[in-house]
Amino acid sequence: MVRYILRRVMYMLVTLFIIATLSFFLMKMLPGSPLNAEDKLSEQQQAIVLEKYGLNDPVPVQYVKYIGGLLQGDLGISFAFSNTPVTDILMDRIGPSAQLGAQALVVGTILGVLLGLIAAISHNGFLDYTSTVIAVLGTSIPNFVFAGLLQFVFAAQLEWFPVALWGDFKHTILPTIALMIFPMATAARFVRTEMVEVLGSNFITTARAKGVSEPGIVFKHGLRNALIPLVTVIGPMAVSLMTGSMVIEQIFAIPGIGEQFVNSVMVNDYPTIMGTTLLFAALFITIILIIDLLYGLIDPRIRISGGDS
Amino acid sequence: MKLKNWALLLALGLLLTVLAACGGDTEESKPAEEGEQVLNFVNGDTIPTMDPSLATDQYAFQFLGSTMEGLYRLDENAQPVEGIATDHEVSDDATTWTFHLREGATWSNGDPVTAHDFVYAWQRAVDPDTGSEYGPYMMEDVIKNAKEVNTGEVEVEELGVRAEGDYTLVVELEQPVPYFESLTTFGTFLPLNQEFVEEQGDDFATSTDTLLFNGPFTLENWTSTANEWDLVKNEDYWDAETVQLDRINHVVVKDATTQVRLYEEGSVDRAGLSSDLVDQYSTHDDYNVTPEATVFYLKMNQTSNEALANDNIRKAISRAFDKEGIVNQILNNGSIVANGLVPKDFVTLPETNEDFRDVNGDLVTYDIEAAQEYWENGLEELGTDTVEIELLGDDSETAKLMSEFLANQLSTNLPGLSVKIKQVPFEQRLDLDTDMDYDLQVSGWGPDYLDPNTFLNLFVTDGGNNKMGYSNSEYDALIDEAGKELAADNVARYENFLEAEKILFEDAAIAPIYQRAQAQLISPKVEGVIRNPFGADYEYKWASVNSAE
Repeated sequence: MVRYILRRVMYMLVTLFIIATLSFFLMKMLPGSPLNAEDKLSEQQQAIVLEKYGLNDPVPVQYVKYIGGLLQGDLGISFAFSNTPVTDILMDRIGPSAQLGAQALVVGTILGVLLGLIAAISHNGFLDYTSTVIAVLGTSIPNFVFAGLLQFVFAAQLEWFPVALWGDFKHTILPTIALMIFPMATAARFVRTEMVEVLGSNFITTARAKGVSEPGIVFKHGLRNALIPLVTVIGPMAVSLMTGSMVIEQIFAIPGIGEQFVNSVMVNDYPTIMGTTLLFAALFITIILIIDLLYGLIDPRIRISGGDS
Repeated sequence: MKLKNWALLLALGLLLTVLAACGGDTEESKPAEEGEQVLNFVNGDTIPTMDPSLATDQYAFQFLGSTMEGLYRLDENAQPVEGIATDHEVSDDATTWTFHLREGATWSNGDPVTAHDFVYAWQRAVDPDTGSEYGPYMMEDVIKNAKEVNTGEVEVEELGVRAEGDYTLVVELEQPVPYFESLTTFGTFLPLNQEFVEEQGDDFATSTDTLLFNGPFTLENWTSTANEWDLVKNEDYWDAETVQLDRINHVVVKDATTQVRLYEEGSVDRAGLSSDLVDQYSTHDDYNVTPEATVFYLKMNQTSNEALANDNIRKAISRAFDKEGIVNQILNNGSIVANGLVPKDFVTLPETNEDFRDVNGDLVTYDIEAAQEYWENGLEELGTDTVEIELLGDDSETAKLMSEFLANQLSTNLPGLSVKIKQVPFEQRLDLDTDMDYDLQVSGWGPDYLDPNTFLNLFVTDGGNNKMGYSNSEYDALIDEAGKELAADNVARYENFLEAEKILFEDAAIAPIYQRAQAQLISPKVEGVIRNPFGADYEYKWASVNSAE
């Protein structure tokens, strides 16, 4: 097991390095320059500023310098936020995004699993159709529509929650709901499909015949089998949720990282683009590793190859 | 088995808790105490820097203007009034300006504000090691040797600014600059306390703790990535008794609908309205339209397209689209039709005090008949009956609508013209502009100082922003003369500017579209806020809270 994890971590570092390299060169192909007053400066004036930031060097030289800094944990200084290290920007902004994402993921998944279970148990019944409709709406309505609606009804009209801004827990409720709709709907669909299939299989009939109680059948035998495909999709979803949603962050005026990423691309803030990309990538491959490990826990039949556990 | 299930849940739960714990709550602004004058405003984005030399964006200049003071400050009529300087003398050749500074103005660490602070700040702005964009842009051709310092030909000490004692600042100009007084109100020309800046090093101006203030307010709770911050009255400001506001709280809200809902909720005292919200709020009691000095126009590239090199074709295009339709249907935010280049309510003529725009009047208006006549003549000269051109625009929602509207109008009103739309991100549009790789382009310009020159020198032959192959030696001569021989004679300069603007439209070099305005909801309790035509958008020094509300 330990050897397996170590080997995976090594692969992860290689993956990260490849991602860093690819994004670096892709980024250099973006149009424009990181100068803010590009339209006002003469070519000579632009060249002087670019020289100061080392942007006149050939791209391969810049690449070597960047990777050198990266190996020492230095993500560089942002162009858009003068003199602010990229790590500061990431640290300042990941918090709210991660909190909202985590809340949305936990609440959404739990509700989604429940919805899926209810639907599967009352297969083709009224509750099944209701929960299917909720799931379809949840996957098809874009979350910014939902966010705007929530804000209008529960904040502007009913005044139950603050309209926007980042403060205490009650500020997080509406954005969490807006964000959790998608994971909820996804979880509900997966759990329902799997549960319907599992509950119709022979071993369940056998269990029933042996007199296992209904909750025992649903939770112990059914749900456990239905969780495998869910875990597969939840991983990437967790990353995208926790790295922030630009629209939700804009609508609720949340100082998150999702919006920062889009902004940095718009203004060619190279160090920040690289920093956010690497952060997202690192989170993503870490989550994938965790999921691979979880498979073994949920379903002992899935053995980790080469492992000695 | 059960144990493993729980272990799994526990592991997931722990992971999520750790991630959630990363999100610390931000401090909320304190509520107003009894009798305190407090306003709550939204800001469209974070303040990326508070370093006057590195500042390039509207928010940086806004908060630099509120927390610092240069030689002069703009009043409600956009006239420079006393700041750190009390008065000045100009030499006979108009190239040496001697400013007398007030004694008693202090930095927030107690140090006096002296002439040396200006010398240091201005030298720093053009020092190539600073990496400033606005420094060279604002100072070249203005302050003596600015260009030579920036290119590294001479030492920074050679810059044409020196202190004679602590309270006399002598500035040598490259040539007479009649608007220099208004330039000194701009962020790039603010003073800096050398000892403090050097002590902070790379951390300078990245947070409240690494800043010094000498203006009406101090900036509190700020870091360069902060989403909330406050302007707090600076009790050490030399004119503190004039300042009535105790605090202005700011929070970043980018979404216009959210701004309005926060306004309705009573959390903020001012909200911007996007065009889709204007219909709903234009009858609201607090609805306000503030005109800006920014003008948008079509650039017509004479080098890329044979048809656009033809005067008649350009004249036809300039007159063939309905500007009223654009400002009323697409922008719908109080923007007004532009029929010239220099915006309305920007500068007035010396002596007569008439608005520049009123004096020169409408130089090119929407006129289908005239447009079609020019069009036919143009086609005849070209010996063709069809013309294809490409229209380049930004890819924001409003810009897309505008491109479609323009393309539709032009191809409907000018028979034989087909317009292909090309929408690209802003950065890419600038690249295409630099490479002159476009036919028609929707472009805009806001002023950098209070003088028609900021608009009119854009289109001199080979000017940095011309990039469309326009060249008229008469035009060049007028602008050149205004900057040199006539520099000391403001009346004659303005004659030149009026004449130059007429030539620009006789040549149909560009086709003006609109002058931007901003629709807002502003609480009646906000009083005395001045809207500046350039530099910091708002002036709060003379603002107050109307307690009757």
